[in-house]
Amino acid sequence: MDEIRIGVFVCHCGTNIAGFVDVASIEEYVKTLPHVVFTQRNLYTCSETGLLAIKNGIKENNLNRVIVAACTPRTHEPLFRGICSEMGLNPYFFEFVNIREQCSWVHQKEKEKATSKARDLVRMGVARAALLEPLEKFQIDVEPSTLIIGGGISGMSAASVLANQGFHVIIVEKDTELGGQLRNLHRLYPGDMDSQKMLSIREEILKNPKIEVHISSKIKNIDGYIGNFDITVLKGEKEIKFGVGTIIVATGTDVLKPKGLYNYDGKKVITQKELELLFKENQFNSKNIVMIQCVGSRNEERPYCSSICCMTAMKNARVIKEKNPDAEVFILNRDIYTSGTYQEEFYREARKMGVIFTRYNESKLPQVTEDSVIYYNESLKEDVEIKYDLVVLSTPLVTYHEESKKLSKMLKVPLDEFGFFLEAHVKLRPVDFSNDGIFVCGTCKWPANVPESISQGYAAASRVTRIISKDTFTVEGATAWIDQEKCIACEICLKKCPYKAITRDEEDRVIVRTVLCKCCGVCSTTCPEHAIDIRHYKDNQVESQITALLEEGEWIE
Amino acid sequence: MNENTKNVMIIGGGIAGIQSSLDLGDMGYHVDLIEQEPCIGGRMAQLDKTLPTNDCSICILAPKLSDCFRHPNVKIHSLTQVQEISKNGRGFKVKLLKKARFVNEDSCINCGLCVEKCPMKVLDIFDMKMRKRKAIYIYYLQGVPAVMAIEKEKCLYLKNKNKEKKVCGFCSDVCEHDAIDFSQTDTNYTLESDAIIMASGSNQYDPTPLYTYGYKKFKNVITGLEYERMISASGPTEGHITRLSDNTHPKNIAFVQCVGSRDVNTNSYCSSICCTYSTKHAILSREHDEEMQSTIFYIDLRAGGKGFQKYIKRAKDEYGVKYVRGKIAEITIDENANPILHYEDLDTYEVKTKKVGFVILACAMIPTRNSGKLAKVLGVELDEFNFVKSSIDSPVNTNIPGIFACGSCLGPMDIPHSVINASGAAAKVSEYIRVQKGGNHG
Repeated sequence: MDEIRIGVFVCHCGTNIAGFVDVASIEEYVKTLPHVVFTQRNLYTCSETGLLAIKNGIKENNLNRVIVAACTPRTHEPLFRGICSEMGLNPYFFEFVNIREQCSWVHQKEKEKATSKARDLVRMGVARAALLEPLEKFQIDVEPSTLIIGGGISGMSAASVLANQGFHVIIVEKDTELGGQLRNLHRLYPGDMDSQKMLSIREEILKNPKIEVHISSKIKNIDGYIGNFDITVLKGEKEIKFGVGTIIVATGTDVLKPKGLYNYDGKKVITQKELELLFKENQFNSKNIVMIQCVGSRNEERPYCSSICCMTAMKNARVIKEKNPDAEVFILNRDIYTSGTYQEEFYREARKMGVIFTRYNESKLPQVTEDSVIYYNESLKEDVEIKYDLVVLSTPLVTYHEESKKLSKMLKVPLDEFGFFLEAHVKLRPVDFSNDGIFVCGTCKWPANVPESISQGYAAASRVTRIISKDTFTVEGATAWIDQEKCIACEICLKKCPYKAITRDEEDRVIVRTVLCKCCGVCSTTCPEHAIDIRHYKDNQVESQITALLEEGEWIE
Repeated sequence: MNENTKNVMIIGGGIAGIQSSLDLGDMGYHVDLIEQEPCIGGRMAQLDKTLPTNDCSICILAPKLSDCFRHPNVKIHSLTQVQEISKNGRGFKVKLLKKARFVNEDSCINCGLCVEKCPMKVLDIFDMKMRKRKAIYIYYLQGVPAVMAIEKEKCLYLKNKNKEKKVCGFCSDVCEHDAIDFSQTDTNYTLESDAIIMASGSNQYDPTPLYTYGYKKFKNVITGLEYERMISASGPTEGHITRLSDNTHPKNIAFVQCVGSRDVNTNSYCSSICCTYSTKHAILSREHDEEMQSTIFYIDLRAGGKGFQKYIKRAKDEYGVKYVRGKIAEITIDENANPILHYEDLDTYEVKTKKVGFVILACAMIPTRNSGKLAKVLGVELDEFNFVKSSIDSPVNTNIPGIFACGSCLGPMDIPHSVINASGAAAKVSEYIRVQKGGNHG
């Protein structure tokens, strides 16, 4: 075997690390460790200057292992591995040591301990790096098609962009027709576009030969992996099976029914959604209307702002004022949410039209009696009574919790505390899931208005196009591997694997379907025969780290 | 390049333009990313942390910058502006102007020797003019492409180029890689593109005309972006919160909302991002100093994004941030340059004053003047606020077929929204081009 030559790059991360960890002493310490032939400190190792330093380091010192002691592999590992590849080094010879999240950030007030911990972590990293083995990533074929779960405006927008590019799209909609919540709307803000006009996209979708639509259908099962998902759909009693390359989740949301709140009865006290239905059916004839905002949201149970309700209330208040300028419309609110350009203008116009906005305090909620709404007016410092013939409650968008839960299990993607789907990264990967090949758009991930839902549909389509416009997809080389000599086929691992990545092959051996394996290690730890190795996290590699820690580590209480 | 490869031009190298470039590059299109500054990165590169996770902004942006730089299908055109455009079938011909960098991009290794020797100090625009840099400079530390540039108007050598005796030129003398090239000139060139994405971003409103707030008059009244640079570890004060009047550390900060927004005399729209970015500032201020007292003065607290209400609750409960409903009427100062805010508290309806050590004005996001010029060149229609006009059923389309838009040139928006419609615009571009090709994918 060639001599092991490790290069260690210690990152300052500006002052993120260097402000709390004595990086100079770390560099000096690293030099004393076995196999380390080169060390360097960089202000920002991830900057182009830092990357160039790594490249030169590899070239000039014949490095065959590279360690970066910096931040988190979540955001930066692909970058540094890529640099190693560029220099002809197997990317799995790269080792990341996190001295920012695990040292400087959590021990900001104890610099010595932060530094001593960084020393331990780097020593462990060096021990492991010496034992790393080269691995190959591999290519899998990609079916150029997409399953879209949910045929609302977001899902349809994604479908149309993909189908127009020639990709095969299958929409599965649980309802009896496409359209989602858009069907319940009367007009759309701004510009008062009729929602029916926007719904005409349905005809395009149905006519498009590239789009297959299954209404009154539910997802029964999802198997497989990026490029090759196997889908089972339940359409009435009938099961339909097909394969797709990618999946977009666009299941939308429901509007909260405010049962038990403000004497909601669906007649004199109704929701905004019910009001729009009255408009649509020309059944509206009230004269004294009181709208209440944040009903069932921004409270203990649902502490989020549903963000579309203020505009919805204003839109409907304007419709009322247009129908009958003498009608009185009050909007009782906590904060008016009209962020953006046209929204604020819309608010201003509503006020000009005579809609009265008045604030209530969350600690003194308004009360709805038989014929009046009583609320505490803070400027008058007294209760004010408003007579009504119609109360309209603005309730938030809420998730289809049970269905989302089922789907999230099938897809192995997470939900947040409210049942909204949780994207891979709130800022920079807003329509991706961390699971490859699965994407999310529309209100099932957070309340959004129509244009936002459309943009998200397009965005998901873009992320899908990146994958299905190519014939193959490259997957991770670090996976579990079963030593058939040792395996007794007890199937404990097969049952425990959270990714369904372990199966029996045609010869009845227990094997790992490597494309599905996320390298989590559950199988390896449960195997009674120690027959499973996790490549890149082999026993000897992990043990070397533990030994390195115990050899010299100082115990920190 | 394969002759069947389709070209897309993306104008603006902020997070939106970067995201569009990466998506389209991955789809196999050739992308020309046009950036007028010496480096891509845009506004996000100037930010310290991003909310609601308080991730370090440059730390999550830097991998994207590198991805863009090393992407085989993406070519970055820095210091470049669009001059003219003409139709070319369903596509476009675009005439570009590349400003001379006076540094050879292929040879400069960003070692910084030249910066040390350069005698000319210049106000640093990236740091909101809160510190000086040299006439030869890297736009910002992690900037991409990671090469120096010389500011022509400030360079001693270039200013005295026609004199008989050579003046300065130290940078060239000291450069070990012969990267300095004073002979470079601005160049015009033309590129063909099958579709265009406008991602020219936004600016911060300059609050000087709102004289009652005393910006520029009082040193301890600064803007949100200035504060962003101040609390950034790589910023002008290396992350130390410092009063500009006396270099002391304030213990009490006021954040004023809706400065130049929701105001018919300046910008009538809501700038969308300020309630939450001021909350971030207040949280970070307390992280810098445990005793810091922050107060946010607002009209309506607008926090509808994912996790934003929780973020505000955290600010109140864990960081002691106070929220006061009330618009500031006037700011005055005492003899120690402490700002005094005069306001009506809209929870108690009393007129009050509050003395603090430092004031941060949450200024509106406004369209850039360059976006306006660019729109004119492209023939793209703007809305009444001079943002690119879009419609609710086609949120990333412009009035010109084949030209799309994303990011804050469409209106005030935060990072996730910019990223979403950047990807969205990429999808619409691909649709536009593929439909043109016949849309056949077997």
